[in-house]
Amino acid sequence: MSPVTANTFDAPKAGRWPLFGWLSFAFFAFAQVYAVATSPADQMMGHLQKMMYVHVPAAWVTFVAFGIVLWTSVLFLWKEDERHDLMAAAAAEIGAVFCGLTLILGMIWGRPTWGVWWSWDARLTSTLVLFLIFVGYLALRSFVEDAQRRGQWSAAVGILGAINVPIVWMSVKWWRTLHQLQSDPRSLSGEYALGLVLNALAFLFLMIFFIRRRYEAARYERAAEHASQAAALGGYNG
Amino acid sequence: MAFNDDIRRIRAIVWKDLTTERRSKAGFNAVAALGVTILVLFGFALGPDAQALRDAAAGVLWLAVLFAGVLAFNRSYQVELDGGALEVLLLYPGARWAIFAGKLIANLIFVLAMLVIVVAVGIVLFQVVIPAQWPSLIGIMLLGVIGLVSLGTFYAAMSSRSRAREVLLPLLLYPMLIPVLLASMEATKAFLTGDIMNAVGAWVQMLALFDVIFLVATFWAFESVIEV
Repeated sequence: MSPVTANTFDAPKAGRWPLFGWLSFAFFAFAQVYAVATSPADQMMGHLQKMMYVHVPAAWVTFVAFGIVLWTSVLFLWKEDERHDLMAAAAAEIGAVFCGLTLILGMIWGRPTWGVWWSWDARLTSTLVLFLIFVGYLALRSFVEDAQRRGQWSAAVGILGAINVPIVWMSVKWWRTLHQLQSDPRSLSGEYALGLVLNALAFLFLMIFFIRRRYEAARYERAAEHASQAAALGGYNG
Repeated sequence: MAFNDDIRRIRAIVWKDLTTERRSKAGFNAVAALGVTILVLFGFALGPDAQALRDAAAGVLWLAVLFAGVLAFNRSYQVELDGGALEVLLLYPGARWAIFAGKLIANLIFVLAMLVIVVAVGIVLFQVVIPAQWPSLIGIMLLGVIGLVSLGTFYAAMSSRSRAREVLLPLLLYPMLIPVLLASMEATKAFLTGDIMNAVGAWVQMLALFDVIFLVATFWAFESVIEV
Protein backbone atom coordinates (compact mmCIF):
# COMPACT_ATOMS: atom_id res chain seq x y z
CA MET A 1 0.00 0.00 0.00
CA SER A 2 2.93 2.38 0.23
CA PRO A 3 2.57 4.94 -2.55
CA VAL A 4 6.10 4.56 -3.87
CA THR A 5 6.02 0.80 -4.44
CA ALA A 6 3.82 1.09 -7.52
CA ASN A 7 6.71 2.86 -9.21
CA THR A 8 9.72 1.19 -7.67
CA PHE A 9 10.99 0.48 -11.17
CA ASP A 10 11.30 4.23 -11.53
CA ALA A 11 13.32 4.71 -8.38
CA PRO A 12 17.07 4.07 -8.42
CA LYS A 13 18.88 2.00 -5.81
CA ALA A 14 21.30 3.80 -3.54
CA GLY A 15 23.60 0.74 -3.55
CA ARG A 16 27.16 1.54 -2.55
CA TRP A 17 26.90 5.22 -3.44
CA PRO A 18 26.78 6.46 0.20
CA LEU A 19 30.04 4.61 0.84
CA PHE A 20 31.49 6.17 -2.32
CA GLY A 21 30.44 9.56 -0.96
CA TRP A 22 32.18 9.04 2.38
CA LEU A 23 35.34 7.86 0.66
CA SER A 24 35.25 10.87 -1.67
CA PHE A 25 35.00 13.31 1.23
CA ALA A 26 37.81 11.51 3.07
CA PHE A 27 39.98 11.55 -0.03
CA PHE A 28 39.23 15.23 -0.55
CA ALA A 29 40.32 16.02 3.02
CA PHE A 30 43.49 13.98 2.55
CA ALA A 31 44.31 15.61 -0.82
CA GLN A 32 43.86 19.10 0.59
CA VAL A 33 46.05 18.44 3.62
CA TYR A 34 48.67 16.69 1.51
CA ALA A 35 48.83 19.50 -1.05
CA VAL A 36 48.96 22.30 1.49
CA ALA A 37 51.52 20.52 3.66
CA THR A 38 53.91 19.45 0.90
CA SER A 39 53.97 22.45 -1.40
CA PRO A 40 56.65 25.06 -0.63
CA ALA A 41 55.82 28.77 -0.72
CA ASP A 42 55.81 30.09 -4.27
CA GLN A 43 58.51 32.60 -5.26
CA MET A 44 56.02 35.16 -6.50
CA MET A 45 52.79 34.39 -4.69
CA GLY A 46 53.96 32.83 -1.42
CA HIS A 47 51.30 30.74 0.25
CA LEU A 48 48.61 32.29 -1.93
CA GLN A 49 49.58 29.62 -4.42
CA LYS A 50 47.59 27.14 -2.29
CA MET A 51 44.42 28.60 -3.82
CA MET A 52 45.38 26.59 -6.87
CA TYR A 53 44.33 23.36 -5.13
CA VAL A 54 40.71 24.45 -4.94
CA HIS A 55 40.37 26.87 -7.84
CA VAL A 56 41.92 24.82 -10.65
CA PRO A 57 40.20 21.51 -9.78
CA ALA A 58 36.86 23.33 -9.54
CA ALA A 59 37.43 24.77 -13.01
CA TRP A 60 38.34 21.39 -14.50
CA VAL A 61 35.38 19.68 -12.88
CA THR A 62 33.08 22.40 -14.24
CA PHE A 63 34.07 21.47 -17.76
CA VAL A 64 33.60 17.76 -17.05
CA ALA A 65 30.09 18.49 -15.73
CA PHE A 66 29.29 20.58 -18.77
CA GLY A 67 30.59 17.77 -20.97
CA ILE A 68 28.17 15.40 -19.22
CA VAL A 69 25.31 17.84 -19.90
CA LEU A 70 26.24 17.93 -23.58
CA TRP A 71 26.62 14.16 -23.84
CA THR A 72 23.41 13.26 -22.01
CA SER A 73 21.48 15.94 -23.95
CA VAL A 74 22.57 14.39 -27.24
CA LEU A 75 21.67 10.93 -25.90
CA PHE A 76 18.25 12.16 -24.81
CA LEU A 77 17.39 13.62 -28.21
CA TRP A 78 18.66 10.45 -29.84
CA LYS A 79 17.15 7.75 -27.62
CA GLU A 80 14.36 9.68 -25.84
CA ASP A 81 15.11 7.98 -22.53
CA GLU A 82 14.00 10.17 -19.64
CA ARG A 83 16.94 9.10 -17.48
CA HIS A 84 19.35 10.95 -19.78
CA ASP A 85 17.34 14.13 -19.34
CA LEU A 86 17.40 13.79 -15.54
CA MET A 87 21.13 13.10 -15.64
CA ALA A 88 21.69 16.24 -17.76
CA ALA A 89 19.70 18.28 -15.25
CA ALA A 90 21.68 16.86 -12.33
CA ALA A 91 25.00 17.54 -14.07
CA ALA A 92 23.91 21.09 -14.94
CA GLU A 93 23.05 21.89 -11.34
CA ILE A 94 26.33 20.55 -9.99
CA GLY A 95 28.21 22.16 -12.88
CA ALA A 96 26.65 25.53 -12.06
CA VAL A 97 27.75 25.18 -8.43
CA PHE A 98 31.32 24.32 -9.39
CA CYS A 99 31.35 27.06 -12.02
CA GLY A 100 30.25 29.63 -9.45
CA LEU A 101 32.87 28.26 -7.07
CA THR A 102 35.55 28.59 -9.78
CA LEU A 103 34.65 32.22 -10.36
CA ILE A 104 34.55 33.18 -6.68
CA LEU A 105 37.74 31.32 -5.78
CA GLY A 106 39.42 32.85 -8.81
CA MET A 107 38.44 36.34 -7.68
CA ILE A 108 39.73 35.68 -4.17
CA TRP A 109 43.00 34.53 -5.72
CA GLY A 110 43.12 37.32 -8.28
CA ARG A 111 42.68 40.18 -5.85
CA PRO A 112 46.02 39.74 -3.99
CA THR A 113 48.01 38.47 -7.00
CA TRP A 114 46.80 40.69 -9.85
CA GLY A 115 45.47 43.46 -7.63
CA VAL A 116 41.98 43.29 -9.15
CA TRP A 117 38.91 41.19 -8.49
CA TRP A 118 38.13 40.82 -12.15
CA SER A 119 39.96 41.01 -15.46
CA TRP A 120 38.23 40.81 -18.84
CA ASP A 121 40.47 38.15 -20.28
CA ALA A 122 39.25 35.26 -22.39
CA ARG A 123 39.41 32.64 -19.70
CA LEU A 124 37.56 34.60 -17.02
CA THR A 125 34.97 36.02 -19.35
CA SER A 126 34.12 32.73 -21.02
CA THR A 127 33.82 31.04 -17.60
CA LEU A 128 31.37 33.75 -16.58
CA VAL A 129 29.39 33.28 -19.78
CA LEU A 130 29.38 29.53 -19.17
CA PHE A 131 27.93 30.20 -15.74
CA LEU A 132 25.21 32.38 -17.25
CA ILE A 133 24.38 29.68 -19.80
CA PHE A 134 24.06 27.15 -16.94
CA VAL A 135 21.76 29.54 -15.10
CA GLY A 136 19.60 30.05 -18.19
CA TYR A 137 19.43 26.29 -18.69
CA LEU A 138 18.27 25.73 -15.11
CA ALA A 139 15.77 28.60 -15.34
CA LEU A 140 14.28 27.08 -18.48
CA ARG A 141 13.87 23.77 -16.68
CA SER A 142 12.09 25.37 -13.76
CA PHE A 143 9.69 27.31 -16.00
CA VAL A 144 8.47 24.34 -18.06
CA GLU A 145 6.15 21.79 -16.46
CA ASP A 146 5.60 19.20 -19.19
CA ALA A 147 8.34 16.57 -18.86
CA GLN A 148 8.71 15.79 -22.56
CA ARG A 149 8.81 19.46 -23.50
CA ARG A 150 11.23 20.29 -20.70
CA GLY A 151 13.50 17.46 -21.78
CA GLN A 152 13.64 18.35 -25.46
CA TRP A 153 13.90 22.08 -24.93
CA SER A 154 16.62 21.88 -22.33
CA ALA A 155 18.54 19.34 -24.43
CA ALA A 156 18.51 21.79 -27.35
CA VAL A 157 19.53 24.68 -25.09
CA GLY A 158 22.27 22.56 -23.52
CA ILE A 159 23.73 21.56 -26.87
CA LEU A 160 23.63 25.09 -28.27
CA GLY A 161 25.16 26.39 -25.05
CA ALA A 162 27.99 23.89 -25.36
CA ILE A 163 28.61 24.97 -28.97
CA ASN A 164 28.67 28.57 -27.81
CA VAL A 165 31.34 28.23 -25.11
CA PRO A 166 34.36 27.77 -27.43
CA ILE A 167 32.95 30.49 -29.69
CA VAL A 168 32.72 32.91 -26.79
CA TRP A 169 36.26 32.00 -25.79
CA MET A 170 37.51 32.65 -29.31
CA SER A 171 35.71 35.98 -29.70
CA VAL A 172 36.73 37.31 -26.29
CA LYS A 173 40.32 36.24 -26.91
CA TRP A 174 40.27 38.21 -30.15
CA TRP A 175 38.64 41.15 -28.48
CA ARG A 176 41.38 41.25 -25.83
CA THR A 177 44.38 40.55 -28.01
CA LEU A 178 43.41 43.32 -30.37
CA HIS A 179 43.72 45.75 -27.49
CA GLN A 180 46.46 44.37 -25.31
CA LEU A 181 48.39 41.20 -24.82
CA GLN A 182 47.56 39.19 -21.77
CA SER A 183 50.54 37.61 -20.05
CA ASP A 184 49.74 34.38 -18.33
CA PRO A 185 52.84 32.41 -17.30
CA ARG A 186 51.66 29.25 -15.67
CA SER A 187 54.54 26.85 -15.32
CA LEU A 188 54.19 24.20 -12.71
CA SER A 189 57.09 22.41 -11.06
CA GLY A 190 56.90 18.85 -9.78
CA GLU A 191 56.39 19.64 -6.12
CA TYR A 192 53.07 21.31 -6.91
CA ALA A 193 51.89 18.90 -9.60
CA LEU A 194 51.05 15.83 -7.47
CA GLY A 195 48.95 17.87 -5.03
CA LEU A 196 47.04 19.34 -7.95
CA VAL A 197 46.41 15.95 -9.54
CA LEU A 198 45.21 14.47 -6.22
CA ASN A 199 42.85 17.37 -5.66
CA ALA A 200 41.57 17.20 -9.21
CA LEU A 201 40.69 13.54 -8.61
CA ALA A 202 39.08 14.39 -5.26
CA PHE A 203 36.93 17.06 -6.90
CA LEU A 204 36.02 14.66 -9.68
CA PHE A 205 34.88 11.98 -7.20
CA LEU A 206 32.87 14.55 -5.26
CA MET A 207 31.27 15.80 -8.47
CA ILE A 208 30.31 12.26 -9.48
CA PHE A 209 28.83 11.67 -6.02
CA PHE A 210 26.87 14.94 -6.06
CA ILE A 211 25.53 14.31 -9.56
CA ARG A 212 24.52 10.79 -8.57
CA ARG A 213 22.66 12.04 -5.47
CA ARG A 214 20.92 14.78 -7.45
CA TYR A 215 20.02 12.26 -10.14
CA GLU A 216 18.51 9.89 -7.55
CA ALA A 217 16.48 12.76 -6.12
CA ALA A 218 15.25 13.67 -9.61
CA ARG A 219 14.22 10.05 -10.23
CA TYR A 220 12.26 10.00 -6.96
CA GLU A 221 10.57 13.27 -7.93
CA ARG A 222 9.55 11.80 -11.27
CA ALA A 223 8.33 8.60 -9.60
CA ALA A 224 6.20 10.70 -7.26
CA GLU A 225 4.84 12.68 -10.23
CA HIS A 226 3.95 9.46 -12.05
CA ALA A 227 2.26 8.10 -8.93
CA SER A 228 0.20 11.24 -8.38
CA GLN A 229 -0.78 11.33 -12.06
CA ALA A 230 -1.84 7.69 -11.91
CA ALA A 231 -3.81 8.35 -8.74
CA ALA A 232 -5.47 11.40 -10.28
CA LEU A 233 -6.51 9.33 -13.31
CA GLY A 234 -8.02 6.75 -10.99
CA GLY A 235 -5.92 3.95 -12.43
CA TYR A 236 -3.78 3.62 -9.36
CA ASN A 237 -4.95 1.59 -6.36
CA GLY A 238 -1.75 0.58 -4.62
CA MET B 1 9.72 19.81 -56.74
CA ALA B 2 9.70 19.33 -52.99
CA PHE B 3 12.13 22.15 -52.60
CA ASN B 4 9.89 24.51 -54.56
CA ASP B 5 7.06 23.59 -52.21
CA ASP B 6 9.24 24.49 -49.23
CA ILE B 7 10.05 27.84 -50.81
CA ARG B 8 6.34 28.49 -51.26
CA ARG B 9 5.67 27.55 -47.64
CA ILE B 10 8.39 29.88 -46.42
CA ARG B 11 7.03 32.68 -48.58
CA ALA B 12 3.52 32.12 -47.26
CA ILE B 13 4.68 32.32 -43.63
CA VAL B 14 6.76 35.44 -44.26
CA TRP B 15 3.82 37.05 -46.03
CA LYS B 16 1.40 36.08 -43.27
CA ASP B 17 3.62 37.46 -40.49
CA LEU B 18 4.40 40.68 -42.31
CA THR B 19 0.77 41.22 -43.24
CA THR B 20 -0.25 40.86 -39.61
CA GLU B 21 2.37 43.42 -38.73
CA ARG B 22 1.45 45.78 -41.56
CA ARG B 23 -2.26 45.75 -40.78
CA SER B 24 -1.81 46.76 -37.16
CA LYS B 25 1.58 48.55 -37.16
CA ALA B 26 1.19 48.85 -33.39
CA GLY B 27 3.89 46.27 -32.70
CA PHE B 28 6.44 47.84 -34.99
CA ASN B 29 5.80 51.40 -33.84
CA ALA B 30 6.10 50.39 -30.20
CA VAL B 31 9.30 48.43 -30.70
CA ALA B 32 10.94 51.15 -32.82
CA ALA B 33 9.95 53.78 -30.27
CA LEU B 34 11.46 51.64 -27.55
CA GLY B 35 14.71 51.40 -29.52
CA VAL B 36 14.88 55.20 -29.75
CA THR B 37 14.04 55.54 -26.04
CA ILE B 38 16.91 53.22 -25.15
CA LEU B 39 19.25 55.40 -27.24
CA VAL B 40 18.14 58.47 -25.31
CA LEU B 41 18.68 56.68 -21.98
CA PHE B 42 22.18 55.64 -22.99
CA GLY B 43 22.81 59.25 -23.95
CA PHE B 44 22.04 60.27 -20.37
CA ALA B 45 24.26 57.52 -18.99
CA LEU B 46 27.22 58.58 -21.15
CA GLY B 47 26.88 62.31 -20.66
CA PRO B 48 26.82 65.17 -23.15
CA ASP B 49 30.51 65.02 -24.14
CA ALA B 50 30.53 64.60 -27.93
CA GLN B 51 33.67 62.46 -28.10
CA ALA B 52 32.45 60.06 -25.40
CA LEU B 53 29.14 59.68 -27.24
CA ARG B 54 30.89 59.05 -30.54
CA ASP B 55 33.19 56.41 -29.00
CA ALA B 56 30.28 54.55 -27.47
CA ALA B 57 27.93 54.91 -30.45
CA ALA B 58 28.62 51.51 -32.03
CA GLY B 59 28.01 49.59 -28.81
CA VAL B 60 24.94 51.61 -27.90
CA LEU B 61 23.34 51.15 -31.33
CA TRP B 62 23.70 47.38 -31.13
CA LEU B 63 22.39 47.22 -27.58
CA ALA B 64 19.35 49.32 -28.50
CA VAL B 65 18.62 46.98 -31.40
CA LEU B 66 19.10 43.97 -29.12
CA PHE B 67 16.87 45.20 -26.29
CA ALA B 68 14.09 46.30 -28.62
CA GLY B 69 14.45 43.28 -30.91
CA VAL B 70 13.96 40.83 -28.07
CA LEU B 71 10.37 42.04 -27.78
CA ALA B 72 9.77 41.32 -31.45
CA PHE B 73 10.87 37.70 -31.19
CA ASN B 74 8.40 36.72 -28.48
CA ARG B 75 5.69 38.64 -30.30
CA SER B 76 6.17 36.67 -33.48
CA TYR B 77 5.06 33.49 -31.70
CA GLN B 78 2.66 35.21 -29.35
CA VAL B 79 0.33 36.21 -32.19
CA GLU B 80 0.22 32.54 -33.23
CA LEU B 81 -0.54 31.26 -29.75
CA ASP B 82 -3.46 33.59 -29.07
CA GLY B 83 -5.67 31.90 -31.64
CA GLY B 84 -4.15 28.45 -31.35
CA ALA B 85 -2.71 29.07 -34.81
CA LEU B 86 0.66 27.50 -34.12
CA GLU B 87 -0.86 24.04 -33.74
CA VAL B 88 -2.66 24.42 -37.05
CA LEU B 89 0.55 25.65 -38.65
CA LEU B 90 2.32 22.53 -37.39
CA LEU B 91 -0.46 20.31 -38.74
CA TYR B 92 0.06 21.49 -42.30
CA PRO B 93 2.11 19.05 -44.37
CA GLY B 94 5.70 19.96 -45.07
CA ALA B 95 9.02 20.31 -43.31
CA ARG B 96 9.20 22.04 -39.96
CA TRP B 97 12.31 23.97 -40.93
CA ALA B 98 10.18 25.88 -43.44
CA ILE B 99 8.24 27.36 -40.49
CA PHE B 100 11.50 28.40 -38.86
CA ALA B 101 12.83 29.88 -42.09
CA GLY B 102 9.59 31.83 -42.60
CA LYS B 103 9.58 33.22 -39.07
CA LEU B 104 13.28 34.01 -39.31
CA ILE B 105 12.92 35.98 -42.55
CA ALA B 106 9.87 37.86 -41.25
CA ASN B 107 11.74 38.75 -38.04
CA LEU B 108 14.76 39.73 -40.11
CA ILE B 109 12.72 42.22 -42.13
CA PHE B 110 11.07 43.51 -38.96
CA VAL B 111 14.36 44.06 -37.12
CA LEU B 112 16.07 45.57 -40.18
CA ALA B 113 13.25 48.09 -40.53
CA MET B 114 13.66 48.94 -36.86
CA LEU B 115 17.44 49.16 -37.30
CA VAL B 116 17.02 51.81 -40.00
CA ILE B 117 15.12 54.03 -37.58
CA VAL B 118 17.42 53.38 -34.62
CA VAL B 119 20.56 54.00 -36.68
CA ALA B 120 19.17 57.19 -38.20
CA VAL B 121 18.27 58.57 -34.79
CA GLY B 122 21.52 57.26 -33.30
CA ILE B 123 23.64 59.04 -35.89
CA VAL B 124 22.00 62.32 -34.93
CA LEU B 125 21.93 61.84 -31.15
CA PHE B 126 25.45 60.44 -30.83
CA GLN B 127 26.96 62.84 -33.38
CA VAL B 128 28.39 60.03 -35.47
CA VAL B 129 30.54 61.03 -38.42
CA ILE B 130 29.42 58.82 -41.30
CA PRO B 131 32.49 57.17 -42.85
CA ALA B 132 33.13 57.23 -46.58
CA GLN B 133 32.78 53.44 -46.88
CA TRP B 134 29.28 53.43 -45.42
CA PRO B 135 27.99 50.72 -47.84
CA SER B 136 30.27 48.18 -46.10
CA LEU B 137 28.77 49.25 -42.80
CA ILE B 138 25.37 48.17 -44.09
CA GLY B 139 26.87 44.76 -44.81
CA ILE B 140 28.16 44.49 -41.24
CA MET B 141 24.77 45.46 -39.85
CA LEU B 142 23.08 42.87 -42.03
CA LEU B 143 25.45 40.14 -40.80
CA GLY B 144 24.95 41.17 -37.19
CA VAL B 145 21.17 41.18 -37.52
CA ILE B 146 21.20 37.72 -39.12
CA GLY B 147 23.02 36.32 -36.08
CA LEU B 148 20.73 38.17 -33.69
CA VAL B 149 17.53 37.09 -35.43
CA SER B 150 18.48 33.43 -35.95
CA LEU B 151 19.15 32.88 -32.26
CA GLY B 152 16.28 35.14 -31.21
CA THR B 153 13.73 33.34 -33.38
CA PHE B 154 14.96 29.98 -32.11
CA TYR B 155 14.88 30.78 -28.38
CA ALA B 156 11.56 32.59 -28.66
CA ALA B 157 10.01 29.35 -29.99
CA MET B 158 10.55 28.00 -26.47
CA SER B 159 10.25 31.04 -24.24
CA SER B 160 6.98 32.26 -25.80
CA ARG B 161 5.34 28.97 -24.85
CA SER B 162 6.62 28.83 -21.28
CA ARG B 163 5.77 30.63 -18.09
CA ALA B 164 7.73 33.81 -17.41
CA ARG B 165 8.56 34.36 -21.07
CA GLU B 166 9.50 38.00 -20.51
CA VAL B 167 12.48 37.05 -18.38
CA LEU B 168 13.30 33.68 -19.91
CA LEU B 169 14.06 34.89 -23.44
CA PRO B 170 16.67 37.51 -22.46
CA LEU B 171 18.18 35.13 -19.91
CA LEU B 172 18.67 32.42 -22.54
CA LEU B 173 19.41 34.68 -25.48
CA TYR B 174 21.86 37.31 -24.20
CA PRO B 175 24.67 34.95 -23.13
CA MET B 176 24.32 33.11 -26.45
CA LEU B 177 24.54 36.37 -28.40
CA ILE B 178 27.78 37.58 -26.83
CA PRO B 179 30.03 36.45 -29.72
CA VAL B 180 27.72 37.92 -32.38
CA LEU B 181 27.32 41.18 -30.48
CA LEU B 182 31.01 41.47 -29.75
CA ALA B 183 31.95 40.96 -33.40
CA SER B 184 29.22 43.34 -34.63
CA MET B 185 30.12 46.05 -32.15
CA GLU B 186 33.84 45.82 -32.79
CA ALA B 187 33.47 45.81 -36.58
CA THR B 188 31.09 48.78 -36.45
CA LYS B 189 33.29 50.62 -34.00
CA ALA B 190 36.41 50.03 -36.09
CA PHE B 191 34.55 51.43 -39.10
CA LEU B 192 33.28 54.51 -37.31
CA THR B 193 36.65 55.33 -35.77
CA GLY B 194 38.62 54.92 -38.99
CA ASP B 195 39.91 51.36 -38.45
CA ILE B 196 43.37 52.27 -37.17
CA MET B 197 44.08 48.72 -36.04
CA ASN B 198 42.99 47.30 -39.41
CA ALA B 199 40.68 44.89 -37.63
CA VAL B 200 37.44 45.17 -39.59
CA GLY B 201 38.22 42.31 -41.97
CA ALA B 202 38.92 39.84 -39.17
CA TRP B 203 35.78 40.81 -37.24
CA VAL B 204 33.60 40.56 -40.33
CA GLN B 205 35.00 37.11 -41.11
CA MET B 206 34.30 36.01 -37.55
CA LEU B 207 30.81 37.45 -37.67
CA ALA B 208 30.08 35.59 -40.91
CA LEU B 209 31.44 32.37 -39.37
CA PHE B 210 29.26 32.80 -36.25
CA ASP B 211 26.22 33.42 -38.46
CA VAL B 212 26.81 30.20 -40.37
CA ILE B 213 27.37 28.16 -37.17
CA PHE B 214 24.29 29.53 -35.41
CA LEU B 215 22.09 29.28 -38.49
CA VAL B 216 22.99 25.62 -38.94
CA ALA B 217 22.59 24.89 -35.21
CA THR B 218 19.23 26.62 -34.87
CA PHE B 219 17.81 25.07 -38.05
CA TRP B 220 18.87 21.66 -36.79
CA ALA B 221 17.56 22.13 -33.24
CA PHE B 222 14.28 23.80 -34.19
CA GLU B 223 12.73 20.47 -35.15
CA SER B 224 13.02 19.04 -31.63
CA VAL B 225 11.89 22.29 -30.03
CA ILE B 226 8.73 23.00 -32.01
CA GLU B 227 7.22 19.53 -32.05
CA VAL B 228 6.47 19.43 -28.31
